[in-house]
Amino acid sequence: MFTRREILKSFLGLPIALAACKTSSPKNEFDGEIVGASNNIGHILRDARNFEVPENNWKETKIAIVGGGIAGLSAAWKLKKEGFNDFVLLELEDKMGGTSASGKSNLVSYPWGAHYLPVPFQQNEELVGLLDEMSLIESKDEETGELIIPEQYLTRDPEERIFYKGRWYEGLYLNAGASEEDLQQLDKFQKEIDYWTDWRDADGKRAFVVPVEKCSTDAEVTKLDKISFADWLKQKGLNSPRLIWYCNYACRDDYGLRLEQTSAWAGLFYFCSRIPKSGVESQPFLTFPEGNGRFVNHLAAKTKENIKRSQIVVELIPNEKGVDVIYLDTKTKQINGLRAEKIIYSAPLFTAQFLIRGFRENPSFDSNEFQHNSWFVANLFLKNRPKNRFSRDFPLAWDNVIYESKSLGYVVATHQKGIDYGQTVLTYYYPMATENLRQGMQQLLALNWKELADICMTDLEQAHPDIRELTTRIDIMRWGHAMISPRTKFMWEGERQKAEKPFRNIHFAHSDLGGIAIFEEAFHHGLRSTTEVLK
Amino acid sequence: MNKTPLLFINVIIIATCGLIYELLAGTLASYVLGDSVTQFSLIIGIYLSAMGVGSWLSRFIEKNVAERFIEIELAVAVLGGTSAPLLFLTFASLSFFSVILYSVVFGIGVLVGLEIPLLMRILKDEFDFKELVARVLALDYVGALAASILFPIFLVPTLGLVRTSLVFGAMNAAVGLWGTWLLAHLLKPNKILVLRIKAVLVIALLIIGAIKSESLTKLAESELFQETIIYAKSSYYQRIVVTRSRTGFALFLNGNLQFNSFDEYRYHEALVHPAMLAYDGEPKNILVLGGGDGLAVREVLRYKSVEKVTLVDLDPAITNLAKNLPLLVDLNKDALNNKRVKIINSDAFVWLDQNKTEPFDVVIADFPDPNNFALGKLYSTRFYKLLKEKLRPDSTLVIQSTSPLYARNSYWCIVNTLEASGFKTKPFQTTVPSFGIWGYVLAKQKDFEIPKEVPKDLKLNFLDSDSFVSMFDFPVDASEPEDDLEINRLDNQALVRYYEAEWRRFE
Repeated sequence: MFTRREILKSFLGLPIALAACKTSSPKNEFDGEIVGASNNIGHILRDARNFEVPENNWKETKIAIVGGGIAGLSAAWKLKKEGFNDFVLLELEDKMGGTSASGKSNLVSYPWGAHYLPVPFQQNEELVGLLDEMSLIESKDEETGELIIPEQYLTRDPEERIFYKGRWYEGLYLNAGASEEDLQQLDKFQKEIDYWTDWRDADGKRAFVVPVEKCSTDAEVTKLDKISFADWLKQKGLNSPRLIWYCNYACRDDYGLRLEQTSAWAGLFYFCSRIPKSGVESQPFLTFPEGNGRFVNHLAAKTKENIKRSQIVVELIPNEKGVDVIYLDTKTKQINGLRAEKIIYSAPLFTAQFLIRGFRENPSFDSNEFQHNSWFVANLFLKNRPKNRFSRDFPLAWDNVIYESKSLGYVVATHQKGIDYGQTVLTYYYPMATENLRQGMQQLLALNWKELADICMTDLEQAHPDIRELTTRIDIMRWGHAMISPRTKFMWEGERQKAEKPFRNIHFAHSDLGGIAIFEEAFHHGLRSTTEVLK
Repeated sequence: MNKTPLLFINVIIIATCGLIYELLAGTLASYVLGDSVTQFSLIIGIYLSAMGVGSWLSRFIEKNVAERFIEIELAVAVLGGTSAPLLFLTFASLSFFSVILYSVVFGIGVLVGLEIPLLMRILKDEFDFKELVARVLALDYVGALAASILFPIFLVPTLGLVRTSLVFGAMNAAVGLWGTWLLAHLLKPNKILVLRIKAVLVIALLIIGAIKSESLTKLAESELFQETIIYAKSSYYQRIVVTRSRTGFALFLNGNLQFNSFDEYRYHEALVHPAMLAYDGEPKNILVLGGGDGLAVREVLRYKSVEKVTLVDLDPAITNLAKNLPLLVDLNKDALNNKRVKIINSDAFVWLDQNKTEPFDVVIADFPDPNNFALGKLYSTRFYKLLKEKLRPDSTLVIQSTSPLYARNSYWCIVNTLEASGFKTKPFQTTVPSFGIWGYVLAKQKDFEIPKEVPKDLKLNFLDSDSFVSMFDFPVDASEPEDDLEINRLDNQALVRYYEAEWRRFE
């Protein structure tokens, strides 16, 4: 057991912990609980082995999809579009969507994880097809062909603000009080981004583009994977504290990693892959109150007859005819079997060794290389907005970040709906970003609701002294295995590429294969695997 | 020496103070409740009758007359001196205001009514009855004259209502204190000290009040508003202040002037009638967005064809004020209590997004200027597209669009945003002295002509056919700038940024 101070110190740093513990434990009027992400059920995988399927519980199907996150749902959606109906999607949770899941209150929907999608370039035709089907595209620019998105689906201005020394400022880079040197370095950094944005290899491929598969494999780019983003910045002589913070924030936000852990390739991917060409603004974000839950709900609605929820796959047994799937209904505890010809494996790749019979003995890739980081996400239900303390404070934005906090701040669910007064829901993100990712997960799972809620409140209190009074409820989700970690030497050293080859009749499809946990990668690999299995 | 005759000076001061309290109450009542004839008449009536009650009650005071007299003087000082601040503090709760007002007036009247008979009884041994009555009553009436001249010429302009009240209260108490010397021979020695302490306390209290009165009544608003504040309240959404001056009264939201009663008819006639007249048929179903003061609705209701007006305003505190504050009810001709009018308190953006309605013939958007992001969305392409879904193909729309002179880019950004949302526009402008040159945009979904005639039977105060047409001409310094302007979209909020930059120049 840890004391309150120990927990706060480890999650928020010593100064905040000391300040918070000076006063007696605060009185909280809110309640809430830990929701979703069935960590306990998940670990059944590791412990139990002997599941006997009763004879008449066996069924047959052509294709079984394991995992109903974006990759699995995209695969299912694609199968349907191809007119293929003989498949089953098995999802562990009773909520679809994996880390793109969302929730809903009387007032507004809110995300539990991923909450935006940068508008794709027109070249990403498969994704443009999905957006078109969802009526998210108004038209295409007559000259450039780039997509025109109805404004209500683009992040409403003001997009971001940052809290620093008692005040809120516009934007994510802390401009207030920046020195001449800081600004010069920011400019120099921007020039590096411009260079890599416009860079093309001999075949005309970009250095960084979505999906990762379309990126150049030229050594000039891939060698960036050999060093950390922190070292790359050092090599470029960039050491402005604000710039370092900004880049570190980017790594924590997109990868759940710290600057020193992140591959420089991945770091630059974040900054370069969504800019059409230098001098042009980065692609705007598509966002919804429920975040990427909008895509989950659409994909799941299109494939609902084929989806089975609350089904935990216990074992996949490859054989001559195909693959036998053994799964357990977590509600009825009934054990069932599926004789499938092919599998689309859209669960995180590290689980392959636990689920696939014979994989451990003869692996097609090293599943330990696919390391995930841990997060917790809290949804705060507020009876009113926090008050700004200064009239010149920049007002509540979509994304609200506290400079130098270990959290990522919060997004506001009502922002996109134009509801600017009264009740709202804030979604607070905290990536563990620990040295050792496994320890981070254990540390996170050791904490209960009360302790996590206290971390969240104590952190936000720096900027919003009234937050405890305004909050009526906090629900918290702990993501033990949230996102793939593009650590140094992960992207281009070969292990990731190996996973694209099937293991017997099991085809892998997950954002893990892209090495970057974004919607586009999951979607791309979902579709890629579909094409493979239909061959 | 017998100092008793000096008490005649007391009479003048008592009389002056008494009338000052009466005038203060009358002025405050007509500020807040409107209709000054009724208010002054009622205040005078209640005050005089209360004095009668006081005089009659004086017969029950039999012993220690001098002591009672000084005590009553201190009581008048307290009640009269604090009357104006007290009434200011109760502005916010309108329903209590009249009760407190009339009780205070009655109370002061009774106490003042007690004073003169008691004074005459104190002096009766010194003078003939004939002489006594002549002197006391003469001085009493002369004191009243002094008060009635001082009040409008000197006191209200220099001291203001609250400080006048406190200063005269203090003066009243000072007279009481002086009385303890004048009447020392009639007071029990042990009571003299007690009375003096009481008097000093009252004086100190009132003087501190007078010094602090600025912060007490106006707080941070004192620098913001040059006129007397007659209503101030922080609603859930905004700070609402009504001020009163000789030319009329004005409404401020978060310190921004919304209208001045003296020239608002210019603003509202220009806002409403072009849109109503540009509608091809008889306008029946009208939507007013913002405009919770009911003044635009007043203009809309001039048209007999209008069957239904839907008013969507964020703040119930404003629509309730427009339904209940007598001054405002007078000005908007009780528009918001009209049975053709339906009031919805909601953010117009959210309301349009979440509700299905019958199509409207005319829509009047009378929002505050786009000085923050929550307001900026009400001028965006998204907003105008939502609005379009509630229109017929031939419906007309008018938008109040800030000043094309002071905020030229902002104004033309609104015009361009309407065009980009698929509207044909006719920009127009007029002069509203309180605001300066003010701009509006008239729009339809198809090409249209500016109406040429203003029907006489509308009985407008500002617009006739000639002045109507001339509003659509723009002087050079307010016409469309040559630089390309951004379209105001939810994802860029270009208008808020233009507006900030342009109006900041005048701060």
